[in-house]
Amino acid sequence: MSELLTFDNVWLEYGDKIVLERVDLGIVERSFVSIIGPSGAGKSSFLRLVLGQEAPSRGRILLDGKLLTPECGPDRGVVFQRYSVFPHLNALRNVMFGRECATAPFTARLFGAARRAAAEEAEAMLAEVGLGDALHLYPAQLSGGMQQRLAIAQALMARPRVLLLDEPFGALDPGIRQDMHRLILRLWQEHALTVLMVTHDIGEAFGLGTRVLAFDKRRVDPHAPHRFGATAVYDLPLTRKTLPNALGPEGEVLRLTESVITNTEDSL
Amino acid sequence: MRWVNIKPSRGSSILLAAVPLLLVLGAYLFAATARHAANPSDKILPTPAAMITAMRGLLADADPLSGRLIFWADTLASLERLGVALGICALSALLVGMVLGVLPAARATFRGLVTTIAVIPPIALLPMLFILFGLGETAKIALIVVGVTPFLIRDLADHVAALPQEQLVKAQTLGASSWQLALRVALPQALPRLIAGLRLSLGPAWVYLISAEAIASDVGLGYRIFLVRRYLSMDIIIPYVAWISILAIAMDVALAQLSRRGFAWAHQAS
Repeated sequence: MSELLTFDNVWLEYGDKIVLERVDLGIVERSFVSIIGPSGAGKSSFLRLVLGQEAPSRGRILLDGKLLTPECGPDRGVVFQRYSVFPHLNALRNVMFGRECATAPFTARLFGAARRAAAEEAEAMLAEVGLGDALHLYPAQLSGGMQQRLAIAQALMARPRVLLLDEPFGALDPGIRQDMHRLILRLWQEHALTVLMVTHDIGEAFGLGTRVLAFDKRRVDPHAPHRFGATAVYDLPLTRKTLPNALGPEGEVLRLTESVITNTEDSL
Repeated sequence: MRWVNIKPSRGSSILLAAVPLLLVLGAYLFAATARHAANPSDKILPTPAAMITAMRGLLADADPLSGRLIFWADTLASLERLGVALGICALSALLVGMVLGVLPAARATFRGLVTTIAVIPPIALLPMLFILFGLGETAKIALIVVGVTPFLIRDLADHVAALPQEQLVKAQTLGASSWQLALRVALPQALPRLIAGLRLSLGPAWVYLISAEAIASDVGLGYRIFLVRRYLSMDIIIPYVAWISILAIAMDVALAQLSRRGFAWAHQAS
């Protein structure tokens, strides 16, 4: 499969503080990449680079072989841990938002047949994420899990090349989180998505991902800890498990998890 | 049971709220009656009967000079000034506040100016406004606008700028342009805040209105109060002040209703 996203010697620096250094990665289309690592290891900075919220201070990021503009755009969808739906729009309007922006540059609103078509498409998308009964509810009336389902539906409507998930399930109850894992795997398969997911939950990273990137600093200067940046210290391709028990036998996940933890600790 | 855990029910809340009001009213009646027993021609604490007599003339009889029903002419003049001024405040605050809130470059450029204007006590500008705009309606309206708008602008700009960054990024990943972002994400969330800001501004707006009317006017609630002060006419001042407070409460309730009806999503507990 072709390489969708390429990192070519990417650095991210603020003044003399180096956040990321020498990030060289290729991410193929349709992969599900989990990104783990300790706090402050540049996971979120990495995601912000892909998102276009920040520009690399050195190196190049290519999307589909073209240089990535350092500004957010509809080719990259995102779901954050919180606040990624609009509180003043109901579920249906939230999902229609992208279509309305694309079709009506001045009013950002659709009328008549165009509106009905967009609404139908949005309804289908909401039904797909399990919100078919909540079309007219506002985000404040939805539970945390339902809000994340809404945020995913909203992002998928724009048909992004890459879907970025920033700790999307971190604030959810464990039971709900499992439902969401099943949902995201199903959507990943059905929509042929390429997913980059930052997570703190190592089980989740290995359970969902086809590839796990562990970010950390390779070296630390105790007198100037800010002078060395983080990079992907482990890059583990995983063989895809079949969908029905996508989360895999607990034992395997645990064993892998433990080995990564020991390895990460050794390197510190 | 601890005192902090004693919570009145809905019905008893209304009852409890009425008690202090009735007590104040009762205390006034008691004091007025006592003063009138000592001096039947007392003007400082008029009885309700004296107030009704004094107000009847202003409510029902046309003024021989102008031919107007004075009380209603005063009310209309004051409400018109307040309404026009608050309308101008709301529109200009919405426009400037949105621009400052949405565009970081505009915020960086104009924040200092708005802050500088906001810290000037508006009443200190009143002589200047009278010189610039004359003694007519313009100066009175300008005082309210100068007094209220900077607060509204700062409040709105801060609110819009404090919208979660995640929302703005999300909108951009859905393809929204700057204009669409302002129109569909920032504006709808700014409107309920603007109404809340207007409600808070009602108090200051009345202060500026009455100050301007007291100094140079020929009609208006504030003008009348300051005029009849010369004759110690507490029997007119007290009903006028009560009427002003009723109008202020009505405006506040109307704005609260508008916000709740128009922006129900903003009043749901998240």
